Parts: sequence; C-alpha cells; structure tokens
Amino acid sequence: MQNRNFTIKTLSLLASLSLFCSELNAEPQRYHIGREVSSSEIALWDTDIKPSGSGLPPGSGTAAQGREVYSRECAVCHGQQGHDGPFNALVGRLEDGDFPFATDPAAKKTLGNYWPYATTIFDYIQRAMPLDRPGSLTHDETYSLVAYLLFKNDLLSEDTLLNSNNLAEIKMPARDRFFPTPGQDIPELDVLN
Amino acid sequence: MTDKLNRRRFLTHTTLLSSGLYGALKTPKAISSENTAEPDPTKVPGSNVSEYGLRSPHEDIKRLPMFNIISGTPLHKLQGSITPSDLHFERHHAGIPAIDPNQHELLIHGMVDRPLKFSVNDLKRFPAVTRTCFIECSGNFNARATPQTTVQMLCGLTSQSEWTGVPLATLLREAGVTTKARWLLAEGNDAAVMTRSIPMSKALDDAVVVYAQNGEALRPAQGYPIRLLLPGWEGNTNIKWLRRLEVSDSPFMTREETAKYTDALPDGRVRQFSVVMDARSVITSPTYPERIEKGWHEIRGIAWSGRGKIHAVEVSTDGGKTWLKAELQGPVLAKAHTRFRLPWQWNGKPTAIMSRAIDESGYRQPTLAELVEVRGLPTAEAYHFNPIHAWEVDAQGQMTFRPEV
Repeated sequence: MQNRNFTIKTLSLLASLSLFCSELNAEPQRYHIGREVSSSEIALWDTDIKPSGSGLPPGSGTAAQGREVYSRECAVCHGQQGHDGPFNALVGRLEDGDFPFATDPAAKKTLGNYWPYATTIFDYIQRAMPLDRPGSLTHDETYSLVAYLLFKNDLLSEDTLLNSNNLAEIKMPARDRFFPTPGQDIPELDVLN
Repeated sequence: MTDKLNRRRFLTHTTLLSSGLYGALKTPKAISSENTAEPDPTKVPGSNVSEYGLRSPHEDIKRLPMFNIISGTPLHKLQGSITPSDLHFERHHAGIPAIDPNQHELLIHGMVDRPLKFSVNDLKRFPAVTRTCFIECSGNFNARATPQTTVQMLCGLTSQSEWTGVPLATLLREAGVTTKARWLLAEGNDAAVMTRSIPMSKALDDAVVVYAQNGEALRPAQGYPIRLLLPGWEGNTNIKWLRRLEVSDSPFMTREETAKYTDALPDGRVRQFSVVMDARSVITSPTYPERIEKGWHEIRGIAWSGRGKIHAVEVSTDGGKTWLKAELQGPVLAKAHTRFRLPWQWNGKPTAIMSRAIDESGYRQPTLAELVEVRGLPTAEAYHFNPIHAWEVDAQGQMTFRPEV
C-alpha cells in the first residue's frame, strides 16, 4: 500500500514536472505583439455600412440635389440616364416576376433590378467612387446621390430627404431572391435567411 | 537576333573587357553581326553573376493583359505546379496601390476584447506557416472563346504560389474574439478599398495573413505588403493590400458579395456567398496554337479543387467516348494545382482530347450542358463555370479549342 502511494506520488510529481516543462514551449494564449488602438483611430477607417444601417454617417440629401452631383461626377461613365454609359448600368427596373439574368446574357444588372440592399449603394459610392477620385464626396453629396439613383429606379420620391434614419428601410426589389449557397460546409451560411 | 539580345550581350562583353579578365575577346563588331546563331558556348566565356536573375532572352513568356483589369497566367507555357511570382494572374478593381511597408498596418477591431494594430514587422514576429495553394478568380471562364483561344485566354485567371504568413486564428486570439462573433470584414488599402465578409469558421480554419510568395515578399500586384489567403476560396475574397479586419455577428453585404460575385439562377433566385472553388482540370499541352506530329506525345495539364485534394483526373483522346486515368504528380496537396500527365500516341486522324477532374469530396467536373441546366447560361459575369474543355486536332496536327458556347 505504502509502495503504491509512493508510486502514485512519484508519477503525479513527474506528470506535473513534465506539464511544467512542456508549457515553457507551448503556444501562449497571447504573444503581446501589436499595439492597442483608440476608438478615434479606429473611426478613421471604420466607415463600412451594414444592411441594418449601422455605420451610416450624419448628413442628408434629396434626389433633386443628387441630380447635379450625378451629372457632374457619374454621368461620364454611367450615362446621362444611368443606363447609357460605357460602364455599369445603374438605372432600370423589370416587370414584376421578371428576372432574366440566367437566360439572357444581354440583361443588365442595375441597382433597381439586382442590388439587394440600399445600404450597399451608400457604402460603395463612399469607398470607391468616383473612380478617378474615390472617397472625395461629402456625406451630403453621397446621400443625395443615393437618393437620386433610388428615385431614377422608382424606389424613392424626388423630394424625400434621405438620411441615416430612412435609408436602411428601403426594400430593394431583388432582396428576397438572394440565398446563401448551400453545400459548402460553412456553418455561418446556414443561419442566414 | 533581337535588339535586346544584342544589347545585353554587348553589355556583358563590355563588362568583361573593362574588368580586364579577358583580353582576347572578339571585337564588338563581330558580336553585333547579323548572325542569329549563338557562338559555341564552350569557346567563349559566359556572362557574369548578377544581383537578380533574368530569364533567358530566348524565352517568351508573358501574362496576357485584358481590359486593363485582368492579366492571365500563361498556363500553356508552365511546367510543374508553381506559378512564377511575376506571372501570377492579376485582377485589380482600382489599380495596384503604391504602399510603403513601413507605413502599412493591419487593424483588427469590432467584436474583440482588444482592438489591435499590427505593423508588417509585428506580423512577421508571430509563428509562421507556409503552404502551397492556388488562387483562382471565380470569373475564370471565357464565354467568347473561339477555336483560336489559348489556355491562357480560356482560364488563365488561376495561379499557384507557396505562401508564407501568420495564421489569422493567431491574430484573432491575440485580439480576443468575443463569443458572438460570426463574421469578419476584410478590407484592402487600394483605391477600391475592397471589402468582403468572411465567415469566422473559415478565418479560424485555414486563413493566413501572408507576406511572402515563393520565398520573397509578395509582388505589389499580389497584395504587397500583406494579403489575406483563403485557400480554395474565390480569388476576390483573398483581399489584397489587407489593412482592416472588423469582427462582427453578421455579414456586411458589400458590393462585391451582392451586386457582383453572385450567381443568378434560372429559377429566379440568386446564389450568394458561393465562395468555394469547384474542382476543375484543363489540358495545357498540346493545345492551340501547337501543331503536333504523328507519334508519341504526353498530354499534360493541371487539376485543382477548393474542396481538398484532387482524387483523379481522367483523360479522353477520342472526344469523350472512353476515358483513361492520368498519372498525378505527387505530392498531391489539398486546394492546390496538381499536374497530371498521360502518354498519347496520335495516329494522325482528327480527334479531340479532354480532361475531367474528381476531387476527394467526390465532386466530378461537369460538362457545360450539366452546368447550364442548373446555373443557366454563362453571361459576361459568369462566375464559377468550370466545365470539361475539349481540344481538337485536325489531320494536319493543328490543335484548336472547341468552344462550348
């Protein structure tokens, strides 16, 4: 009995020693590399906008105001009418129930017939447009431009003041057509609706 | 002999002369003659060592730039499985930014205990990993292919490198991800300020923040100084010039994952977050514009899958009537270009050669007809089209592509 106790004690001592030794080289929880950043430093880059509207900055604008911004900043690439330029068509609706993008290679995807979230329009213009001077528009100019593009797509009246309170509430026509691709073994997709 | 070659040889010989090592060299007049044959290399001293090696001037291997937004890898001129860094395909949305690595930082914030910024040197201090895998643009399909389409024009938007960096899981642990975190936004430091939402499961599985490609720093076109590497996922999610990762509980629905990189289906729905690259193979030789002789050849190609390892590649030399198993060059790596080869004795009669890949998940590379039935017609924005390709040979041995569309 005494012998057995001694063996157990010895073994547990050895085990704790080896545990101690192995932890010297084990991967630590943290390496303490990198510097902590303040919220004001984060805010300089944290400009993304989510479908909930979170991230939308202060400011506002109407389609009437956006007409001038569009003409000055966008028409050269996207056309005066929004679908007649050398680059992506932005304006255009389809008949209810019509969605020809897998059958008609000539069909043009626009904000009004394809983009599922209005918040994405604000986010994208703010970060990447106009192409030659990305990020150069003020918040008010961006709101008015989004308002104008929604108006041209029959999704907003011309005099509605668009701001952080009502932009996320606009339901885009193609919204319910989007679904997460199944069969990819990505658990996060299973809970998206 | 090209002017460039003349000039290079002239400079080399001038260097030798000025170094005083060889007094008996032929005069520059003889070197710049119109004679296109190289002198017997055993009878003249060779050129000097150099700081950075160049290809032989006899090699003509280039990317193929198109529309100033993409350039394809010359797959038909490559052997093995690694793409030389300067031939890695390009897809930029607002050009290649000029970035000083000493100024560049990576921010991790959002649903974390400690928002952190890392310099490039900080990232290099963490334990590193190296892995070889492909990156493929999900738009790597040419709906306008003709018989005179090369492999480069057909599907040059896939390349393979050996990448080195720090696992993203290590960085996320350093910042302390909260329990509700499910997604993160990856953002680039280019004029597109490119953003994609990445599921946390991928971030913690095999995502790497890489700073090296084929042993040296990333090329600017590949995200210098750091990019996100998501093995097996569509190229666009592998954010180049990575500057920010925002941890969140839901996806951000950026332009690139809604208006672009989504797949409209014939039933009127739109597949979103179709991020895993399906298995594909393509014969790289013999293909257009090669002209072959009767007799023995080796059919060569590459196969790859975003789901894991290539299990098998089957090749047909009779237009798809019968299929033979090609030999795979080992080691076969997961989510990596895998070289396949099959000896072929061409009897001089017109036929078509084809390849199809099967990956370890059991996925089989489909025909275009099978794809179209499920996915609809490939349009100008055809993402994730990976059909079996065929190359025809006529009685004269001329190889041409057989357009599917």
